[in-house]
Amino acid sequence: MTVKQISVFVENKAGKLAELTEYLHEQEIDMRALSIAETQDFGIVRIIVDDAYKTSCILKEAGYVASITPVLAVEMPDEPGSLFKILKILGDGNVNLEYMYAFLTRKEDTAYMVLRVEDNEKAADILSKSGIHTICQDAVANL
Amino acid sequence: MLIERIGGKIPGSGIHSIERNGTCMEHYYQPEIECASQEQIRAWQGERLAKTVKRVYENVEFYRKKMDEVGVKPEDIHSVEDLHKLPFLTKDDLRDAYPYGLLAAPLSDCVRIQSTSGTTGRRVVAFYTQHDLDLWEDCCARAIVAAGGTNEDVVHVCYGYGLFTGGPGLNGGSHKVGSLTLPMSSGNTERQIQFMCDLGSTILCCTPSYAAYLAESIWERGLQDKIKLKAGIFGAEAWTEEMRHDIEEKLGITAFDIYGLTEISGPGVSFECSEQTGMHINEDHFIAEVINPKTGEVLPDGEKGELVFTSITKEAFPLIRYRTRDICILSHKKCSCGRTHVKMTKPLGRSDDMLIVKGVNVFPSQIETVLLNQGYPANYQIIVDRQNNSDTIEVQVEMTQEMFSDNAGIVAKREKTLVDALKAMLGIYVKVKLVNPKSIARSEGKAVRVIDRRNLYQG
Repeated sequence: MTVKQISVFVENKAGKLAELTEYLHEQEIDMRALSIAETQDFGIVRIIVDDAYKTSCILKEAGYVASITPVLAVEMPDEPGSLFKILKILGDGNVNLEYMYAFLTRKEDTAYMVLRVEDNEKAADILSKSGIHTICQDAVANL
Repeated sequence: MLIERIGGKIPGSGIHSIERNGTCMEHYYQPEIECASQEQIRAWQGERLAKTVKRVYENVEFYRKKMDEVGVKPEDIHSVEDLHKLPFLTKDDLRDAYPYGLLAAPLSDCVRIQSTSGTTGRRVVAFYTQHDLDLWEDCCARAIVAAGGTNEDVVHVCYGYGLFTGGPGLNGGSHKVGSLTLPMSSGNTERQIQFMCDLGSTILCCTPSYAAYLAESIWERGLQDKIKLKAGIFGAEAWTEEMRHDIEEKLGITAFDIYGLTEISGPGVSFECSEQTGMHINEDHFIAEVINPKTGEVLPDGEKGELVFTSITKEAFPLIRYRTRDICILSHKKCSCGRTHVKMTKPLGRSDDMLIVKGVNVFPSQIETVLLNQGYPANYQIIVDRQNNSDTIEVQVEMTQEMFSDNAGIVAKREKTLVDALKAMLGIYVKVKLVNPKSIARSEGKAVRVIDRRNLYQG
């Protein structure tokens, strides 16, 4: 039902983000989605990867501070109005949304959004009742 | 050098003016003391030292114990030559004595405390009887008069008031001189400049970095011709000759140095005269020594070492051979100002790791204590710099798994909690910068905890 998002602490300093992505590339980690929350001094890089467990390990080895957060990856037709429909459903269902970002896939006609909500179970339940599909971790690799 | 005595006392003030070498006027608040002979000074010191040692031996258990340990009795102390027999006093001793352990007068005779930061958060509390206050204020009055102050002057005091001794010291000194005292305290630059212009401040008392900042602010507002300042008395932090010239030029004043520490009263322990080549220590109140910080050996004039003071006229909180941790050089060379008390150079450095940031004492160990209390490992680095004439201090702390969260707001909040805790401990705002783990260089042996980019000490 949920997908593992990895959040990594990165100093807000030139080159630090490049350093991280270079390292992930060296370790052959395939990134599917990426978003950055920033403050003046630091950033939190959020990524969805094909192998979350491997990514956690290699980050720890290199001394990065990272954590795993379960998030929802929602599937929707790639057409205008799709996102609005989902947000309306969540709003009506009183689901608090913290942030979201888009998801890269090889599929045509289908778009994916990562949603971080307060209550994953409640949100997934409400969405599925309206016929909206959330994908699970294993499916990420095939997208 | 011939001193021609003319003028005598300025009516209504405690100031004596003396024309020197036919040119400039030298002012003294207490000329009979400030220009006393060496023999007279030594006689005062000997008599007062003996009295003080007897007083503390009888009234302060701490001193009695310490003296008994080295087998010294008050009867053994007659003159300054006997000073070396007495043990040293350190900041740690003061911290351990908090709050009443060194009190030498009944609490009912004490009318004031002043306080300064101690290491690891334990403060130093200095007590004063009315007599102690009077003498301290006399010392500050000497400094103001040496800077040309009279009862016709308007003394603008923007050192901090409160527990810090800067404000109260210069305030009291200004009263003694009979000047109009403006108790501005620090901050609120807008108001400082407004009063300076409207009330015609003539003598400015604040930290040198604030003086530089004020100067810039005045120029920014185009008010440099509206101010009537003629002199400044700056201290509480290190400053260079370069900074002095910069301030003198921008404000059109003569800038005088002043030195002191809360433990030995406050500002006014020593002050600069018209020669501007060092500060006269008020030897009738304080005996100064310079020692090798490692061996404790007393060093002769001209040699660099740690400054040690013995207070010989204080009732409530006299200190015997207190190690200041300031490094300087003493000189008994004749001074063209006519004063005969020994001169000290500006502090040339510290023998410990204390920093002075924005006029406030900061010990790295205090920062470390806060970090540990807040659950961070002691992997940190302190970066001190100066931007726009203002000190900045930043603590770089390595991020940990415990502190991290996916929620940027939560991390920012934890950062703020740390900033608040540091402010509570140190009294100043310290910027916190979270850095990657293992990004602060580890070193073998003592870690480099402090990087001070200000280059304040010369020589």
